[in-house]
Amino acid sequence: MSSLFIRNGRLMDPAQNLDSPGHLLIEQGKIAAWGPDVVAPADVTVFDATGLVVAPGFIDLHVHLREPGQTHKETIATGTAAAAAGGFTAVCCMPNTAPVNDSPLVTRFILDRVKESASVRVYPIGAITKGLQGEVLAEIGGMREVGIVAISDDGHSVSNAQVMRRAMEYARDFNLPVTDHCENKDLAAGGIMNEGLYSTLLGLRGMTRAAEEVDVARDIVLSELTGAHVHIAHLSTAGSVEMVRWAQSRGVRITCEVTPHHFSLTEAATDGFNTNAKMNPPLRTERDVAALLEALADGTVGAIATDHAPHCGTEKDQDFENAPFGILGLESALSLALDRLYHSRKVGLMRLVELFSTGPARLFNLPGGSLKVGEPGDVTIFDLEKPVTLKVSEWRSKSRNSPFEGWELKGGPVATVVGGVRVF
Amino acid sequence: MTNQQLSPQSSVLSPENSPQSSVLSPENKPQPPVLPGKDLLGIRGLSPIEINRFLDCAEKYLPLGTPSEETRTTLAGRTMLNLFFEASTRTRTSFEIAAKRLGMQVVNFSIGKSSLTKGETLRDTIETIDAMRPDVVIVRHATAGVPAYLANHSQIHFINAGDGSHEHPTQALLDALTLRRHFGKLAGLSVAILGDVLHSRVARSNIHLLAAMGVEVRVGGPSTLQAPGIEQLVPNAEFPITVTRSIDEAIANVDAVMMLRIQRERQSSAFFPTLGEYFRFYGLTRKRLELAKPGAVVLHPGPINREVEIASEVADGPESRILDQVANGVAIRMAVLETLLNPSF
Repeated sequence: MSSLFIRNGRLMDPAQNLDSPGHLLIEQGKIAAWGPDVVAPADVTVFDATGLVVAPGFIDLHVHLREPGQTHKETIATGTAAAAAGGFTAVCCMPNTAPVNDSPLVTRFILDRVKESASVRVYPIGAITKGLQGEVLAEIGGMREVGIVAISDDGHSVSNAQVMRRAMEYARDFNLPVTDHCENKDLAAGGIMNEGLYSTLLGLRGMTRAAEEVDVARDIVLSELTGAHVHIAHLSTAGSVEMVRWAQSRGVRITCEVTPHHFSLTEAATDGFNTNAKMNPPLRTERDVAALLEALADGTVGAIATDHAPHCGTEKDQDFENAPFGILGLESALSLALDRLYHSRKVGLMRLVELFSTGPARLFNLPGGSLKVGEPGDVTIFDLEKPVTLKVSEWRSKSRNSPFEGWELKGGPVATVVGGVRVF
Repeated sequence: MTNQQLSPQSSVLSPENSPQSSVLSPENKPQPPVLPGKDLLGIRGLSPIEINRFLDCAEKYLPLGTPSEETRTTLAGRTMLNLFFEASTRTRTSFEIAAKRLGMQVVNFSIGKSSLTKGETLRDTIETIDAMRPDVVIVRHATAGVPAYLANHSQIHFINAGDGSHEHPTQALLDALTLRRHFGKLAGLSVAILGDVLHSRVARSNIHLLAAMGVEVRVGGPSTLQAPGIEQLVPNAEFPITVTRSIDEAIANVDAVMMLRIQRERQSSAFFPTLGEYFRFYGLTRKRLELAKPGAVVLHPGPINREVEIASEVADGPESRILDQVANGVAIRMAVLETLLNPSF
């Protein structure tokens, strides 16, 4: 059961600063041995990784699996199948389902469904406030007992600073990171894309970058006040990067994640009212992309997270204003990162692997993120060089909302192993 | 003329283009086709040749006398459907008169009583309308991009009669016609566009058109009502589009002043304190108009708010071309209908 011998790969593990050719043996679901001299036991399944990178399983801290309640968009089964196909061995699912994951009961339901239908590990994130309403704290301790790994009102901001402060204090007691969707509602003012040239060209309501940055600044101050670990979700502006970098230099427990779409696209993608380029936070400008690339390279950013947000065809097939925010992320993330970060010489390969594995594991205190003996047998195997054409119609996600259809990229996932079992 | 509005711009962003190659600028678009497109959804992307074709075509219908037999049969038997999701009397009537002068049948799709109010999707609506096969649909909607969405899902010709804060192409064409008839040319003129640029589709369409035609455009009004990036709206404009803080500066020495309508509800959203204060600092008075070139003219898309954005003494004064605009609007709409439905090129 769950033994696998991965032969002849390029073993990379940021946790051990390891980058060397060798074999990797997984036994009973855990990493049993690695190195050039490991011998395959008799009868073990062998995967030939010649010419491929073998990395600790990738972990996505920010995914919307839509179950319970929105299963026309995605299910735990389809979302985790998409994750496996994208090279992810674990995902953290956001609580904005129907009902909201704001109680141990819902957390329990999600984990039961995961047991029945998921192809990769799933770690639920609980709501900060009841019903994501921003007013009353959700049952954070109870959800923690059942298995949440962080709290977030993602999709909404907690606009009341006092509520946020209390949430941070309370979460700190349970050793849970607080993941915040930073968007000041007054400043965002119903905006549906970045405020700038393209909002003016299209005549659509813009959302100023200040809407994000004001909340990032607030969260930094509150993190310093409370000592809580605050993790900024989908950071998107140059100003946010600068503030987080500054706060980290002061020792504030603030971390952040960046999505592949925010480092691969600009607001120009919205032109022609392209609803597949509508997401929140919105696509920004070239200046922001440059700042994100720098922050991905220098360590300010702790993880690449996809904010995988499936919506069914009819939901995106309408005018831009009424179409929902969000795009798919799981099945394009690795190719985008390899092409836009590694092959474009913005981020080194070890650092890239860290952003997908060791980084996210550390941020949310998750198992894995390393190839050390005894760690879960979760491995992502990818090809640095293979040409990839993104074909959204062939993806495993239940939805099709991606702006990357037809993109030709270099590099992509080859095999995904969870607990020694190949799930892709 | 519609394709550059509608085609997915993935090529602009595709990975083979280096990110440095002006990914952000709207300029790397396909060249506009020489033949008129299926639709008129906006001015952005139209070439001076295409703009002049509409203006030249409209000239032959002016002044608006009794239409000749030839005119009355130009589009005889064709059907125009007015699809106005947003209240409009002037524009709808102008299109209706234009269509009838060309011999068209006109049908008004009554939104208030339609299934749209019962939760029907835009997709369902357009499929229904498409199945009835009108020749052209005139659409106005409070949301930017709806005409583009409908046109993209239909074989029928679409004309945008105003969508949110996006575009109002026939208004810009009639404004250009009014200026061209008065001055005999467009290139080299200077025009100030003043007021609520942020929410104005009229301003956007006019800036696209005037800048493309070699007019110097200045934009003014309170900063709270200015649109970000407006200076970069038209790539390769002959004159840079300038934004001024004081409207006196914007008006100084211009050939024409275009006033934008102030929507009264903006006052409640903290864009400016009171209508009175707006008039005092941003309203077009005779004194301010004297800063313009002698012989300068005043345009307004209507309906006007007297003593809010414009003083009665100006609106009713000799510089006002507001009623010419209304007449020219009929001719322009005739020209647009004829050009799209009966291209003789």
